[in-house]
Amino acid sequence: MFFHWLEKNPFFFASAISIVISFAGLIEIVPNFAKAAKPLVDMKPRSVLELAGKNVYMKDGCMTCHSQMIRPFKSETDRYGDYSLSGEYAYDRPFLWGSKRTGPDLHRVGNYRTTDWHENHMLNPAEIVPGSIMPAYKHQFTNLADIETAYAEAVTVKNAFHTPYGDEFQGTRAAWDAHKTKVLADAAAIAADMKNQDVKDAVAKGEVPEIVALIAYLNSLK
Amino acid sequence: MQSNAALEYDYSLAKKFTFLTILFGFLGMLVGTIIAAQMAFPELNYLLGEYGTFSRLRPIHTNTVVFGFTVSGIFATWFYLGQRVLKVSMAESKFLMIIGNLQFWIYFVGALLATVSLLFGVSASKEYAEYEWPFDLVVVVVWVLWGIGIMGLIGIRREKALYISVWYYLACFLGIAMLYLFNNMSIPTYFATEGLGSMLHSVSMYSGTNDALVQWWYGHNAVAFGFTVPIVGMIYYFLPKESGQAIYSYKLSLLSFWGLMFVYLWAGSHHLLWSTVPDWMQTMGSAFSVVLILPSWGSAINMLLTMKGEWNQLTENPLIKFMVLASTFYMLSTIEGPIQAIKSVNAIAHFTDWIPGHVHDGVLGWVVFMIMAAIFHMAPRMFKRELYSKKMMEQQFWLQTTAVVLYFTSMWIAGITQGMMWRAVDEYGNLMYSFIDTVTVLHPYYVIRTVAGVLYLTGFVMFAYNIYKTMTAGKVLTQEPQFRTPMA
Repeated sequence: MFFHWLEKNPFFFASAISIVISFAGLIEIVPNFAKAAKPLVDMKPRSVLELAGKNVYMKDGCMTCHSQMIRPFKSETDRYGDYSLSGEYAYDRPFLWGSKRTGPDLHRVGNYRTTDWHENHMLNPAEIVPGSIMPAYKHQFTNLADIETAYAEAVTVKNAFHTPYGDEFQGTRAAWDAHKTKVLADAAAIAADMKNQDVKDAVAKGEVPEIVALIAYLNSLK
Repeated sequence: MQSNAALEYDYSLAKKFTFLTILFGFLGMLVGTIIAAQMAFPELNYLLGEYGTFSRLRPIHTNTVVFGFTVSGIFATWFYLGQRVLKVSMAESKFLMIIGNLQFWIYFVGALLATVSLLFGVSASKEYAEYEWPFDLVVVVVWVLWGIGIMGLIGIRREKALYISVWYYLACFLGIAMLYLFNNMSIPTYFATEGLGSMLHSVSMYSGTNDALVQWWYGHNAVAFGFTVPIVGMIYYFLPKESGQAIYSYKLSLLSFWGLMFVYLWAGSHHLLWSTVPDWMQTMGSAFSVVLILPSWGSAINMLLTMKGEWNQLTENPLIKFMVLASTFYMLSTIEGPIQAIKSVNAIAHFTDWIPGHVHDGVLGWVVFMIMAAIFHMAPRMFKRELYSKKMMEQQFWLQTTAVVLYFTSMWIAGITQGMMWRAVDEYGNLMYSFIDTVTVLHPYYVIRTVAGVLYLTGFVMFAYNIYKTMTAGKVLTQEPQFRTPMA
């Protein structure tokens, strides 16, 4: 019998397993790959400050409790806005859809929450939303966001995946030093809408607290 | 050719990995209980400053139980039963011993460092694949070393035909290797530029919808090849060994094994129902999830029928109890999964606590029970001592069974409540509840879940204590027990 023979020949046994388990990935993932990678028309990739905010979002694990995927149900579009489209995610590396809504969806949070709302909420969620079980993230007001890494990320995706960042995005330190002023200007615009004096002082000194980057990212979710 | 003298097997690696299984099991479940408590009592988020929030600890819980506890358990049982079913001792090959020890130490140190990295928020953010690229490389090295160990042992085997358990361990090795490699493909940004920014940071090779597909093809099948395949491999060895019964049906094993191999991977896209992946992929995921009941129940029924005519052992031997309950929870969990994968059910269940509820009846009831049973079976043979306390095993069994039932029932109710409240509309078609209403209503269930966590953790500590006492104070055995494990 074939299977008895197979069980005595480990090499062929292992090969058979490898072939059988490869089917699904090949058939489900590969054919649609190029199409699913396409962005919406005229979509711009995130700014460096927003990328730095996305990295704060990942560092503090926001996606463990918040989704970014509005499903095509009336109850969801009523609550969160238009349902999500594949092309909207085309520049998201990694995808941050989440798998659990301990808190609400955030895919279009930029449409209905403001900088000062986020500022107050991150300091004390239960004060803004009574009954909230979300922890406060006070450390984001003192920790500094890693904008240099965010810039390196933008350059990397530009070179590797042709994400449409401008010609000024080069992987050299000089190019980064030149671009940094733009990032700080973006940060200053966010800080102008905030109340926290320490954050304002830090931004004035040319530093970017995590909260500033995070709010820039959340505001960009539209 | 084959001598009749019993082989002297070398259990040094099995012992080492058994210690790690217990250590990581305790840590992972402790963190799990803490984060369960945080959802009921949010003040507990502030015990460790920025390092103690739910969102930092949750990946530590999942990674410690997956890559710490379960993988250690897989390694421990492999280094025990691999030798026995292949009829060859590890001690016969110095090379394999060196590779095995290298695997142990790289794994141990790597797992500790990776856990610390998660505590500091160094995370690639894909579920169960949070480790950043340097730690991914450590995982790859460990896995390759294990692969060499498996192939090496198979290469020098005396028993020519591979026993069913070996099929499953081989599949575990090959499956995880494929999934892990593809899902963790990323480019380190520091090395892609002139050394800008953090060395640890990387970007995924895939974006958006593609990244989600690859991730859930991985995430779902990490469950397949980590939480199902090797655990089935364990029960195929330990249940017949402990009960003295032959496996009920070879044909059913064959059907279940190859069926599982083929069907499981298609089901990954059921994690993405109603998302932006194409409909046909969602439908495939849904349909294959239902088909998956066949090979899953095939194995479980094969196990239960193995006990045919010997059900009295269930009352006499707590080890049989652990394994029969594990099979039963496997059946529960593998019928629950397909139900959740039906699109209309998923519309309610997805994003709710029903999903962690499902995961935990699978892992607490099936994976952990089976691994503990395996260690109970191996301990007297590795340490040449009787199990320390049968009474404590019985108490542990009922404590943990109660815990699992509390866990999944509370999360079923919580999940369905939340799913229904999110979509509830009044007579004019307006949403009836604000989001926070759907959070506060869950408080009692989160409290029940915390109690379940404490009970389960207590049971695990009793298990660890029982094994420790077995090693140090169990009655010394002069002869290796053949079937039923001796216990005081």
